[in-house]
Amino acid sequence: MSRPENTLPPDLFYNDTEALKYTTSSRIQKIQSSMTHRALQLLQLKSPSLLLDIGCGSGLSGEILSAPSSAGTPGGPHIWIGLDISSSMLGIALEKEVEGDLFLADAGQGVPFRAGTFDAAISISAIQWLCNAESSSESASGRLSRFFNGLYASLRRGGRAVCQFYPKNDTQKTMVSSAAVRAGFGAGLLEDDPGTKNAKTYLVLTVGGGELDGDITGVVRGMEGVDVMDQRRKVKGRKRGEEIQGSKKWIIRKKEQMERKGKVVKANSKYTGRKRRIAF
Amino acid sequence: MKLLTLNFLTCAIKTCKTSPSSFPLHPQDSELEIVEADINVLFLRNMLPRLMWNELRLIVNELGLPSLPETAPDASSLLETKLQVPEGDTTGLNIEKIEVPSQVAKDLHRVLLETCIREGKLVCGNCGHEYKVMEGVANFLLPGHLV
Repeated sequence: MSRPENTLPPDLFYNDTEALKYTTSSRIQKIQSSMTHRALQLLQLKSPSLLLDIGCGSGLSGEILSAPSSAGTPGGPHIWIGLDISSSMLGIALEKEVEGDLFLADAGQGVPFRAGTFDAAISISAIQWLCNAESSSESASGRLSRFFNGLYASLRRGGRAVCQFYPKNDTQKTMVSSAAVRAGFGAGLLEDDPGTKNAKTYLVLTVGGGELDGDITGVVRGMEGVDVMDQRRKVKGRKRGEEIQGSKKWIIRKKEQMERKGKVVKANSKYTGRKRRIAF
Repeated sequence: MKLLTLNFLTCAIKTCKTSPSSFPLHPQDSELEIVEADINVLFLRNMLPRLMWNELRLIVNELGLPSLPETAPDASSLLETKLQVPEGDTTGLNIEKIEVPSQVAKDLHRVLLETCIREGKLVCGNCGHEYKVMEGVANFLLPGHLV
């Protein structure tokens, strides 16, 4: 599969001809719309909300966002704001008279909105472009961290973001998801049709608890199949409840063992297993 | 670009993030247009607590539009009940209560969602950087040294 990311930067790759090809291809339209619906399903929006569309392009996903709930958009119609780096793509969106507000902006330079602006964010086939740095003054990890930090700040507490992207390999997948975790998101990866040519990777991001309905399980409701990433440090090689050699528990167990064998064992006291402090 | 969006937009330059004067961006030489849209009271009610009302009033004054009330409207004032005879009923005996958007909601909808900036520029109050707006699309691409 050819990857356009390897050929040119996005603002140059999506020129007028490529943008038109992308928008008019019925195959791409179908894939984009099914991915947008899947992302909306993961976002679990219940009422009309303000959304951010990162890499909105010609507004293929935006058209679905501004559709009413009777047309299959949960909680719709939403108001959305779209960012894209390709002026040709935005030109097509203007011709189509999409309802959202459009911005010519590079997501790798941050998200220029004040804190707590959006209820949710959606990004369809865009953030793999952030993994490419086009000049020596910027780096892929810097672009990713600026993007996720900006996104984290601009979402309200309890908000969610779903980013569908095409990772080049597993390294890139972990690079993107760990950048999101470092920005403060709770992150999970969902893969539809894994192992096939049509594998689609969704990065599901949550911001804080905010409005939990009921208990903590409310955060993960509706996220079946999402592989939640827990980056807390784990103690390696020890099972739960296993004792450390030399600890009080271990000493008592050994003494009982010896007693059962018929050996003479000193009685247990409050000093058993304690360190002998240095004293004058 | 809707005035609703302008109420959330800040300067994209990193050094401006910490400065309170980087919000709101001030529109200059702007050409406005009205884009009709369907009113959505649920959305307005959802957005009300998130609006920065004083900044919105400031922008509205700068654009020379009729000024807004001192305080933000209450969420309950967006809907009003109206008594209406259901359609196809000629006896006039059945009267049903329906909730319709009030004048407050209509005015708010007009300002936030239908009033759009078509051409002009947005100026940051802190660094003075100008963001061009062309055909309703604002250019927020920054040159490398400002990122």
